[in-house]
Amino acid sequence: MHDKTLAELARDLNSGTYSSEELTRHYLERIASHDSQLNSYITAATDAALVRARAADEQRAAGEAGPLTGIPLAHKDIFCTDGLKTSCGSKMLDNFIAPYDATVVSRLNEAGMVTLGKTNMDEFAMGSSNETSFYGPVKNPWDTGTVPGGSSGGSAAAVAARLAPAATGTDTGGSIRQPAALCGVTGLKPTYGRVSRYGMIAFASSLDQAGPLTQTAEDAALLLNAMAGFDPRDSTSLDRAVPDYSAGLGADLTGLKIGLIKEHFDPGLDGGVADAVDAALAEYKKLGAEVVEISLPNTHLSVPAYYVVAPAECSSNLSRFDGVRFGYRCENPTDLADLYKRSRGEAFGPEVKRRIMVGTYALSAGYYDAYYIKAQQARRLIRDDFVRAFESVDVIMGPTAPSPAFKLGEKADDPITMYLSDIYTIAANLAGLPAMSVPAGFVNNLPVGLQIIGNYFDEARLLNVAHRYQEVTDWHQRIPSGFE
Amino acid sequence: MMEWETVIGLEIHTQLATQSKIFSGAPTAYGAPPNSQACAVDLGLPGVLPVLNKEVVNMAIKFGLAIEAQIAPRSIFARKNYFYPDLPKGYQISQYELPIVEQGKLAIRLEDGSEKIIGVTRAHLEEDAGKSLHEDYHGMTGIDLNRAGTPLLEIVSEPDMRSAEEAVAYMKKIHALVRYLGISDGNMQEGSFRCDANVSVRPRGQIEFGTRSELKNINSFRFVERAINFEVERQIDLLEAGGEVIQETRLYDADRDETRSMRSKEEAMDYRYFPDPDLLPVEITSEHIESIRATLPELPEAKKDRFISDYGLKAEDAVILTASREMADYFEAVVESSGEAKLAANWVIGELAGYLNREDIAIGDSPITAGMLAGVIKRISDNTISGKIAKDVFDAMWNGEGDADTIIEQKGLKQITDTGELEAIVDKVIADNPEQVEQFRAGKEKVLGFFVGQCMKATGGKGNPAQLNQMLRDKLGK
Repeated sequence: MHDKTLAELARDLNSGTYSSEELTRHYLERIASHDSQLNSYITAATDAALVRARAADEQRAAGEAGPLTGIPLAHKDIFCTDGLKTSCGSKMLDNFIAPYDATVVSRLNEAGMVTLGKTNMDEFAMGSSNETSFYGPVKNPWDTGTVPGGSSGGSAAAVAARLAPAATGTDTGGSIRQPAALCGVTGLKPTYGRVSRYGMIAFASSLDQAGPLTQTAEDAALLLNAMAGFDPRDSTSLDRAVPDYSAGLGADLTGLKIGLIKEHFDPGLDGGVADAVDAALAEYKKLGAEVVEISLPNTHLSVPAYYVVAPAECSSNLSRFDGVRFGYRCENPTDLADLYKRSRGEAFGPEVKRRIMVGTYALSAGYYDAYYIKAQQARRLIRDDFVRAFESVDVIMGPTAPSPAFKLGEKADDPITMYLSDIYTIAANLAGLPAMSVPAGFVNNLPVGLQIIGNYFDEARLLNVAHRYQEVTDWHQRIPSGFE
Repeated sequence: MMEWETVIGLEIHTQLATQSKIFSGAPTAYGAPPNSQACAVDLGLPGVLPVLNKEVVNMAIKFGLAIEAQIAPRSIFARKNYFYPDLPKGYQISQYELPIVEQGKLAIRLEDGSEKIIGVTRAHLEEDAGKSLHEDYHGMTGIDLNRAGTPLLEIVSEPDMRSAEEAVAYMKKIHALVRYLGISDGNMQEGSFRCDANVSVRPRGQIEFGTRSELKNINSFRFVERAINFEVERQIDLLEAGGEVIQETRLYDADRDETRSMRSKEEAMDYRYFPDPDLLPVEITSEHIESIRATLPELPEAKKDRFISDYGLKAEDAVILTASREMADYFEAVVESSGEAKLAANWVIGELAGYLNREDIAIGDSPITAGMLAGVIKRISDNTISGKIAKDVFDAMWNGEGDADTIIEQKGLKQITDTGELEAIVDKVIADNPEQVEQFRAGKEKVLGFFVGQCMKATGGKGNPAQLNQMLRDKLGK
């Protein structure tokens, strides 16, 4: 059953091939038997999952099943789950059980989905390799000596290894797309404001966006149908109708204008990845699309602007972790300052501390204009580049990541090199645009992702463009050996 | 000896009277058990987000319109970052660069009766913090987050005040205004209305301001006056002794009646303000502003002018009666049911205010309702009782003995109008005081007062003084 997509699982559940309880049990058993190789889960839900699965079976028996009823999935451990530990990959929240569900979680629960567990991630979503997690690194199922990417590395690895048929993730600078690319799965970061951020532990509020990691674009559409929409508890979510993302799949691509980002074919790009992207574009031409080269002249500002804005926001967002009300508290604090210093000092990892310090500096009196304001100006230029580009093209394509999965530990001590892993993905966050990564081949037996960036709220087109490609390729169907 | 001039600016924090908090649905009622009115958003739990309560925006607009200020078409919420146990998120959501209200003004009345215009630099919206409780926790500190997220309007004045008296007059004026507007209960004991005072001194004639100190968190009119006066004296003493005032934050200690240093400028925190990415800019259309304007109540100035023209009151009486909306409403209720504006004004300003002050009771809690006061005024105007007896009736009403008519009836205070009865008294008084009769007849008019007094005494106060006066004149003049 674990080689099936969500769409296939729904058909089998409807036809009675197996029940949700059997399906859920199967995945829980796979997690128990296989995850020790990957460390993709922080918490498995076990009993609670079976209770929900049985409830879903009853719902189906009563004729009330929807398209996702009874299908299991995993949540990134950044989404608050009522009664189930939410650690955010940090020692700080190792003891934290949220008293409420994130909106994404409650919407998927309402759709009848069964939570298998919470997936591993970089601490507070800060990282591109899943090596900053308090719970240890996640290993890439294609080669357990390499990283799965990050920060949604646990979700990507779990879907790739079929330890979950799908998972949720969050993307602040590429945290859905880059691990999707490195693990060979499909990942979608929706338009900023499309999916509620309520209950999703904030890293950088103006950039964070939740989205699905799935085997196929068709599955991503199914999940987005349930996840998207206005939430009165999130002021930045947009009150705008949600189309049926599944309905548009299969539409003809004849005449589709694809913009190829000139600047992304730079010396930092792995030759094999470049070839895979070229091959993908050749497929699109066969499907009737037209490829034109475009320029995003301010794209080189993305990484510097991001590494001011994201740390600035995180330095403030993470202030609530102070050892006073919840989370880690140091033992026997001597006074208030000691309580703060040791609770935060002992519970945050080095990458989180680095970003808090960078962000605190960038917001300080005397530096604010030079860093934060300047970064916001750069952000506007980057967005304007895209707005201009979308006047002449329908979607923009390029590589998701500059290279396939790198070795565990290879970049862990070199933050700048690590930050460059997100060089192609960050711009979409700064601009607030929807973007996907779809499996587009292999280099040295490691998956490569094609990034597709769409115009604002153009997720339906984005999903169809990915879907049509998946109809003529099978990269997304490959399963890493040992996990078949 | 150098002559010094005081310069004062006030930052007033007024709690807005909304049902729920500024960024969450939790209730704002005062006095609930600790942490019973703090929801996930107020606790700053991981993942929660603020959603603006639109009512606070409308209240800020009302205030802005009342002080003839500019209402920003677009204002921004910012985060003020600092660590404190009663600040759950590690930042306070406030407004910094683009506040909702800017450049207003307000007239205050000085003791000599003249008016002075005080500029209001800005008023911005923000959330209150919780409270740290240091008592009853065995050396530990308890945190109560009921107040966290309560909406505040911070009203920042220009440094336009030149004495503690002016500062108090301004603070009272703002206090009356927010209550007139119904946007705050202004309850100072509960901390709903409190202020910080920026105080400096300079040699008279000097253009530049002196170095200021900021006096924090003062929650009564009396303390504002005392704190400023103490601080002004401290600064002058310091300067005259050849010292320097340093820029610092000081705390007023009401028990010791002194201010003391909290932190200096060097220790001042860097709040690292930046726009809150969780909240959208507040955009206000001119149509919306006009719709709010249409709901504004009559403001103190307009009410004062109306009292003068409609009721024929003296300007100073009208000022006193419109100082608070409650007093103005009370007065008008008395006028409406008694039909006697001038008597009503005298009684509200005189007897009633005296009793309320003496027992420190707000007019809204007066044991004598407007209807009861009107009742006694009606009996004065229809000559049932004299003004003197009315004071006894008032006192009895204050002590809960019933309404005016009941008291007059029970105590037999009805004025004696029977001419025969009064004539007998007058005759007796004249007969008993031959010496004074001689004096009066010799032209000493003042003695008439003595006779009236004696007659009133003999009637137990129930005589009509005017009537007695006439009768005495008639008889003595013979």
